[in-house]
Amino acid sequence: MYKITKKVHISKNEYDFWIEAPRIAAKAQPGQFVILRINEVGERIPLTIADTDPSSGSIRLVFQVIGKTTAELGTLKVGDAILDLTGPLGMPTEIKNYGTVMIVGGGVGIAAIFPIVKELKKAGNRVITILGAKTAELVILQDECREYSDELIITTDDGTLGMKGLVTEAMEQVIARETVNCSWAIGPSIMMKFCTMTATNHELPIYVSLNPIMIDGTGMCGGCRVTIDGSIKFACVDGPEFKGTEVNWEEFISRMKQYKTEEENSLTDYQKAQVGNHG
Amino acid sequence: MARRSRTKTPITEQDPALRKTNFSEVCLGYTIEEGQAEAIRCLQCKNAPCITSCPVMIDIPGFILAIKEGHMQEAADVLGKYTNLPAICGRVCPQEKQCEQVCKLGMAKNFEPVAIGKLERLVADWALENQDFSKQVQSDQPKIGRIAVIGSGPSGLTVAGDLAKMNYEVIVYEALHDSGGVLTYGIPEFRLPKRIVKKEIESIEALGVTIETNIVVGKTITMDEIMNDFDACYISVGAGAPNFMGIPGTALNGVYSSSEYLTRINLMHSYEFPKYDTPMKQSKNVVVIGGGNVAMDAARSAKRLGAEHVSIVYRRSLEELPARIEEYHHSVEEDIMYHWLTNPIEYINNGTGDLTGVKCVKMELGEPDESGRRRPVPIKNSEFIIEADTVIEAIGQGSNKVLLSTFPELTLTKWGYIEADPKTGATSIPGVFAGGDIVTGAATVILAMGAGKVAAVEIDKYVREKKKTPVTTKV
Repeated sequence: MYKITKKVHISKNEYDFWIEAPRIAAKAQPGQFVILRINEVGERIPLTIADTDPSSGSIRLVFQVIGKTTAELGTLKVGDAILDLTGPLGMPTEIKNYGTVMIVGGGVGIAAIFPIVKELKKAGNRVITILGAKTAELVILQDECREYSDELIITTDDGTLGMKGLVTEAMEQVIARETVNCSWAIGPSIMMKFCTMTATNHELPIYVSLNPIMIDGTGMCGGCRVTIDGSIKFACVDGPEFKGTEVNWEEFISRMKQYKTEEENSLTDYQKAQVGNHG
Repeated sequence: MARRSRTKTPITEQDPALRKTNFSEVCLGYTIEEGQAEAIRCLQCKNAPCITSCPVMIDIPGFILAIKEGHMQEAADVLGKYTNLPAICGRVCPQEKQCEQVCKLGMAKNFEPVAIGKLERLVADWALENQDFSKQVQSDQPKIGRIAVIGSGPSGLTVAGDLAKMNYEVIVYEALHDSGGVLTYGIPEFRLPKRIVKKEIESIEALGVTIETNIVVGKTITMDEIMNDFDACYISVGAGAPNFMGIPGTALNGVYSSSEYLTRINLMHSYEFPKYDTPMKQSKNVVVIGGGNVAMDAARSAKRLGAEHVSIVYRRSLEELPARIEEYHHSVEEDIMYHWLTNPIEYINNGTGDLTGVKCVKMELGEPDESGRRRPVPIKNSEFIIEADTVIEAIGQGSNKVLLSTFPELTLTKWGYIEADPKTGATSIPGVFAGGDIVTGAATVILAMGAGKVAAVEIDKYVREKKKTPVTTKV
């Protein structure tokens, strides 16, 4: 059992948890994720490790409520425990001094870029961080990202914070004024796809972190398979980070929708039951 | 005494029409009376060939004699000397290719061999019901050493059980949230009830074995840590990485590896969705590719999930089918259709990323290949399409690289499996032993157990030898 030690409800649909998992906290590196299962009837879902505190043996998970499992996770309180937590999984981000790096996070993907921002800064890079979200309250982890960034640019769709517009527009502005050596983009599939197009137009290398459907997360089922540069890769063991230009985006986005109906029904049933239980 | 029956004592099975709608066990097992009737058929051979054909050399006439005399506890004790997982082996071993194949009674004209597997199962199930594992007394002698076992499948559990019996402290590390390996995520409930697997694992824990789940060795803890913290280790991580044929359309929605399909069903209980959270698609037309036990399991599971048409596409013919014949018969009774001498060449897309059919080509058998089986060759212009919304590839598994990639010192074979001495399980690194599918490639439960039995003896020898040598402390 893995105990929740801290919980912050950061926006309408987003939560920030610290969970006791000393072994994972000791080993986790930027870019890695965990698989968790809430209880005996639960499913296994992947979540990126947003931060670690090896001294207290805990890891930080930031997630958005998008279906039944994340909804249920959001109802857990400090002191509650989740049944299973496995990790750290996946290949870590390659941290080194690239020179100037640009790191783009969209929505809840901001939580996934934070450890990369932090370690790339520590490795001596000039770090330009771009955070994008629909509206101001969804721009999470601003202070943490600012602390480790030489420059922080915020974009919102509705203009309630920072510049009004898309992260790709902010990318264009940075590229127009200075040389960037490497970049990362983590967020919704469509955002990562467009960030890749923007970076490619300027011959800027870009890495993305794919979040396909996973079951075991250890390379034994191939549920998370993606086509990278024409060959089959398993995102859980070969990734989740890949070169954006090598990802078959159309296929990736299509495979994400596989269980849409089942997922919607599951969430609806859960919400009905919640209403039934609590009025 | 009545004359020996020519045929095996009949065993009760669930009716095919009913069982294809549920996941309950197909074979209901012998009653003690039926078991005794079957035990009488055993000739009690002096140099019993069945013993030497069993990978763990169970004293088969010995436990059968005890059944015949009505001494179930004694029968269980005999089994317990040789095997840690009799309820499982009695169910899933291919006895027709092992003990029962060489049974002298079965050699006689018009006689069937003794139903050794079903008798083993009877005794083991009796023991799981009637023995109290909590009363098992562990030795209070100081432990001889500490052993890490990586992977809790049949091979790892066997090593763990045997070493615990020899008074070692044993910790088993398992990556998934439940132990048992393929027994838990691979073989379906209708062939191997998870209740039996759980009980059998509990009987191993009762020997003093600790199983830690959610530990991915290579990630959660490293091989360096294991080498430092233990006197020896046994790697039994199996061959769990699915192969894909790689034909066009593999990424379409509706295309599964058998590992994913069966993991969703067995480990995650997706057949009970939405009571359990892991979803499974409602399929109408299912095509399974392959001819092994895994293909049978996937096809029969698909039927139980309510698919109207389930067919198996196999590139050779019935004669070469690697699956157990009993499972093949069960599948036919459950209306699984077969396309013999057929190979898929493309998965058809409806334009929105969903599978609508499998394009296949007919094959004919040519010259025998290295395995002695005749090699299938495609027949020109014989392409046809099978309508399908789900396809499951059950064409075999390879070695999982998660642990091996973090342990480059270990010598691998050219196929990516661990190179280990088949007589001892020793690898290229002293103190590191390996066995089961990670050494042999995907094989059987009983072979994995056999490798475990051998390795347990060798690990004991190794540790005793090491402890005799004076330790020189590094400065």
